[in-house]
Amino acid sequence: MADEHPLLRMRGIVKQFPGVRALDGVDLEVRAGEVHCLLGQNGAGKSTLIKILSGAHEPDEGEVLLDGTPVRLAPPTAAMGHGIATIYQELDLVDGLSVAENIFLGHEPATFGFSRRAEADRAAARLLERLGHGEIRPRTEVGRLSPAHKQIVSMARALSHSARLIIMDEPSAALAHDEVRNLFRVIRDLTSQGVAVIYISHRLEEIREIGDRVTVLKDGRTVAVGLGAKHTPTSRIVSLMTGRNVEYVFPPRPPRGAHEGRPEVLRVENLTLPGRFADVSFSVRAGEIVGLAGLVGSGRSEIIEAIYGARRASGRVLLDGRRVRPGSTTHAVRMGMGLAPEERKAQALLLDHPVAQNITLASLTRYTKPRWLGWLDRRTEFAEAKRLSEALDIRPPDPRRPIRTLSGGNQQKAVLGRWLDEDRKLLLLDEPTRGVDVGARAELYALVRKLADDGIGVLLVSSEVPEVLGLADRVLVVREGRIVHEAPAEDVDEHRVLDLVMVSAGETSGSDEANPSSEGAFHD
Amino acid sequence: MTEVDQAAPAGPRVKAPGLGGRLGRLGEVRHLGLVAALVLLAIVGLVTRPENFATSSNLVSILALASTIGVITVGMTFVIIGGGIDLSVGALMALASVWATTLATQSYGPVVMIVCALLVGTGAGLLNGILISYGRIVPFIATLAMMVAGRGLAQRMSNQRTQLVRPENSLIVELSTTRVLGLPLLVYVFALVVLIGWVVLNRTTFGRRTYAVGGNPEAARLAGIDVRKHTVMLYALSGLCCGIAAVLIMARTTTGSSTHGDLYELDAIAAVIIGGTLLSGGRGTIIGSILGLLIFTVITNLFILNGLNTADQLVAKGAIIVVAVLLQRRGLKAHT
Repeated sequence: MADEHPLLRMRGIVKQFPGVRALDGVDLEVRAGEVHCLLGQNGAGKSTLIKILSGAHEPDEGEVLLDGTPVRLAPPTAAMGHGIATIYQELDLVDGLSVAENIFLGHEPATFGFSRRAEADRAAARLLERLGHGEIRPRTEVGRLSPAHKQIVSMARALSHSARLIIMDEPSAALAHDEVRNLFRVIRDLTSQGVAVIYISHRLEEIREIGDRVTVLKDGRTVAVGLGAKHTPTSRIVSLMTGRNVEYVFPPRPPRGAHEGRPEVLRVENLTLPGRFADVSFSVRAGEIVGLAGLVGSGRSEIIEAIYGARRASGRVLLDGRRVRPGSTTHAVRMGMGLAPEERKAQALLLDHPVAQNITLASLTRYTKPRWLGWLDRRTEFAEAKRLSEALDIRPPDPRRPIRTLSGGNQQKAVLGRWLDEDRKLLLLDEPTRGVDVGARAELYALVRKLADDGIGVLLVSSEVPEVLGLADRVLVVREGRIVHEAPAEDVDEHRVLDLVMVSAGETSGSDEANPSSEGAFHD
Repeated sequence: MTEVDQAAPAGPRVKAPGLGGRLGRLGEVRHLGLVAALVLLAIVGLVTRPENFATSSNLVSILALASTIGVITVGMTFVIIGGGIDLSVGALMALASVWATTLATQSYGPVVMIVCALLVGTGAGLLNGILISYGRIVPFIATLAMMVAGRGLAQRMSNQRTQLVRPENSLIVELSTTRVLGLPLLVYVFALVVLIGWVVLNRTTFGRRTYAVGGNPEAARLAGIDVRKHTVMLYALSGLCCGIAAVLIMARTTTGSSTHGDLYELDAIAAVIIGGTLLSGGRGTIIGSILGLLIFTVITNLFILNGLNTADQLVAKGAIIVVAVLLQRRGLKAHT
């Protein structure tokens, strides 16, 4: 039956934007009840394809068939009417409304315009229960939820539309390890009821685990349809995506103990922020890459932010032996710190500004002639931005382009470029490869290692344990706001780290047997 | 030189990704639209009132009228690009004019009067900025409060009476009466403020940071920019502009009054918006704002010359705001 009419079939989809042919003949076939993975580098056309499926864009050419019947998906209400729901990477929830109001946004149960709240709350509770998250209360304001819980609310919203096809755009990006488990459980539950899922992720391991079949996009075209997700060799998938045969390539690490004699760039003493982390002490030496491994919500990002002065915490932070003023990013930057924040678009970039201005944003005073006047020498500024973007191989190589038009990897290079000056002593990297494709990752890893070799200290946070283990010299494991383990990266493996990260939350707090690790870690 | 010139300042006012680096042009094109509108209005003037419109006295009066709000508009442009809004400008100008024309201040002579107006404006603007940055009051509310309180204070200081600039302080009035190359001095003051404003916005770190703070405050903060301090400075700058405007209105009317600058805040905001600056911050130009203001002023002038109802004039202005914003939105959409 499934072979007769797949749930969804797209043929020869073309979408043209001014100056770009975003999609250039895409085919896709999704069967009911399967998890269909969509793979491709940034810029391959995945986002555009999703927008066509969700009705946000209309294709210029090609046809879309649901159950063998041609359909038109635009506008988005039409797509929803056909049972297609999309869960975007940046969740489109209204923070100020309650969980139930978000779930039924646009189709509230109502009589003569008066909403029936109690009914909505009950229905929301049922949906959340079905997703295994009965503990999320329908009346809670969405802005107060963790990213993981927000995602569950998004899925509940999809279910409330009785969706037959759910598209998930990097659903695991904001989730920690055990939350991904739960997500997979929910997905399996849905597919067993006949719902099809289009799953987009950069993480191949996940695709192996949850996926049934894979479609690979490259440069707006489908290059492989319906590969088996479990058995297709990684090398084949990667080479389809890139045209190259690259795995995650980590640069060689200096020999053990190489940093021992080097001075301490960063020293953190008893850093404490009640409710987030407590009594954190460690140091980073010149030329050393130190990785913080931990779950989302374990406090690792907050620790970095406190060091950088973006949050105020008690305790001491010393840079090159000098005290850093708490709560002032300006002072931290002046002392020689740099940060590549977790949410690149929201926290690092001026999206409409040219690449050049994004690179020079933090070092503008270097291009002033009389400093007190603040007169910008734009010729020098632009020359330096151009030099940096060439050195970093930012593509396309035009520093005047708005940075919005660049891929995630190239945007991230520009963010790092912001901190490439001789005054920088310490770089803080929070999820530096989120949303970055495989090829660009290797370049970023090499760049970070090179910076360290030049004498900068690096503090790295990543949700991807292999990344921390592959790139860092030394690993600190954070659990519930405390550093619970410290070891040279060679001495631990992924299993050990995951054990340390997750194990004993339930045991130490002794609270929730059924769900030992997640709750303690996720609620602030 | 050429290469660099295109590169830097064009960026912020431009969106359209597809066009890559050529976007400096789009900004200019948008200004061209405003210039075209201005030319169109001038043609209307020439056709309907050929004997009056193009006379030097009429053009001078247009410019003199534009000068006062123009200075305020420059400050408003900074505030709005920086992601804020300043509703208190009209009230601050009135307050500064009253404070500078009290008997006590006037006894110290014209220079002290000018300094007094500038200090009152800057001080009140500083207070705005501190309330917003450190008191964490949203700009709309903080400056609304300042607008109400500022006008109240001006009424109290003047007992709701119009205060004349005394004859011995007529140096101030000469800003309006003395002409150089046919234009009163206050037009030169306006031009100077525009020039300085343009330079600061486009050629200094302060200007660049203003775009950053308005465009993405979190990114600006994490890049080490002291966003709060910068915000305080933006409102102080707006206040300073109100002080300068107060001097100009004293020169033009020879009075200080609590009723000066009524609804100026709305005219200034409208001019900035017509000029293509986003109310949400991060994008905009001084030149656009000034063109927007000139369009407004010329319309007023045309209505007066043609003896039309001032009520109709308000309707026309409202329509222009809407049309301008709609046109700009279309211009942007075409490229996104």
